[in-house]
Amino acid sequence: MEAKRTPLYGVHRALGARMIEFGGWQMPVHYTGILAEHRAVRTQGGLFDLSHMGEIEIAGPRAYAVCQELFVTDIARIRIMQAQYAVMCFADGGIVDDVIIYRLAEERYLVCVNAANRTTDYEWMAEHNRGRAALIDRSDEYALVALQGPQAQAVLSQLASHDLSAIRRYWATQGEVAGVPTLLARTGYTGEDGFELFVPAERAERVWQACSGAGGPSNLTPVGLGARDTLRLEAGYLLYGNDIDARTTPLEAGLRRLVHFEAGSFVGSEALRKQQANGIEKQLVGIKMEGAGIPRQGYPIWSGEQEVGVVTSGTQSPMLGVGIALGYVPPSCTDAGTPLAVAIRNRHIPATVVEPPFYRRSK
Amino acid sequence: MEAPKELRYSQEHEWVLVEEENLATIGITDYAQDQLGDVVFVELPEPDAQLTQDEPFGVVESVKAVSDIYAPVSGTVKEVNTELLNTPETINEDPYGDAWLVQVEMNDPEELDALMTAEEYERFVEEEQEDADE
Repeated sequence: MEAKRTPLYGVHRALGARMIEFGGWQMPVHYTGILAEHRAVRTQGGLFDLSHMGEIEIAGPRAYAVCQELFVTDIARIRIMQAQYAVMCFADGGIVDDVIIYRLAEERYLVCVNAANRTTDYEWMAEHNRGRAALIDRSDEYALVALQGPQAQAVLSQLASHDLSAIRRYWATQGEVAGVPTLLARTGYTGEDGFELFVPAERAERVWQACSGAGGPSNLTPVGLGARDTLRLEAGYLLYGNDIDARTTPLEAGLRRLVHFEAGSFVGSEALRKQQANGIEKQLVGIKMEGAGIPRQGYPIWSGEQEVGVVTSGTQSPMLGVGIALGYVPPSCTDAGTPLAVAIRNRHIPATVVEPPFYRRSK
Repeated sequence: MEAPKELRYSQEHEWVLVEEENLATIGITDYAQDQLGDVVFVELPEPDAQLTQDEPFGVVESVKAVSDIYAPVSGTVKEVNTELLNTPETINEDPYGDAWLVQVEMNDPEELDALMTAEEYERFVEEEQEDADE
């Protein structure tokens, strides 16, 4: 199947981006270079096309009940125009996808899902919805443009209809950007302050150009998926398909905070209750290399003479200059400071368990 | 893409420079560094290591990818550019100059005949890019 193009495909080509296929989409992996783009987001600001992400709306008088059943989070705690990171689980507790839920109204939710999971997610939602709520795949209607980094608010405030300082982290508002109706959300996946703009697909280019032109000397740098991955890993955020999937549960993935058994049953709650009582066998941890070498997905993790786990995401941290990784290890190896080793080309390179995030922005 | 005339090239995108008889300097090409992106880690052999033509002898890693370096010729490692271990980004900045990897005493200079000229290499890369675009 031909990889799809976002409404900003032409913009990326004009900027000279190197394109790759990701989740069925042709996306920019970098424009000038991953390291430069990564550092630009940490020190100034970056502009991202995330239009490959899916948006599924759940609306109608039973929407709340359907969401409470579908998602691992307490929907009652999400206020109107608030956003919440959550996961969907299979009945056995394995993860269908990780998502951000935007509660647009009492009974109207916009769920931002991973590009590669869009169809699976929709079908999974439909199966459990059983016709109770309206379930609308709006992915083709929306483009998603993100501004991330210390300058994001200053740049966007030149274009936005609303006072951005009034929007707190993980809250959103309906407004306009460069005259285009936009859902402005103070969300992101980089570990920086920033905004994600849900805009009508056919007007995405206008919003992008306005954002890239605003800001004067503190212009935003276009950032591709390469730096998006290193940024999210430094921030300790999970990537579906690497760190979580159908064979991992939220309890194993360190997402216990999302699980609210008291809020009622949800798909997977029985399995998770059981796992909670019996204990988990593996747990996701942060790992920082003590020796030279870059941990990568699939590399074995060792504790002494024993192979105990596997790296699920790894890179050289552009800000710290050392190898960092996420990976699964037995509960006996999860305390911060636990010495481990990562096998890199059959050599055991010393590493230590650390509590993510690996990098924290200065406030 | 740059491909200096005085060098010979392998299909795995290494270059070889022979200045003295039997002594070959090896590096990776401009095209290879461009494809890799920002190089952040290099692993090189020790002096006296034996290289075999077309066998991996080292590793370069960019932010996203791990890539083996293949020996364009067989021989004994005489010099290793250990500077690169601390400044791997030199591979992006000066692939044909400061970013040479190793110098090797060749076992069999006739192996050079299997390598491409600059002109042949440029054509080879064009074809590889066309394949990638399809």
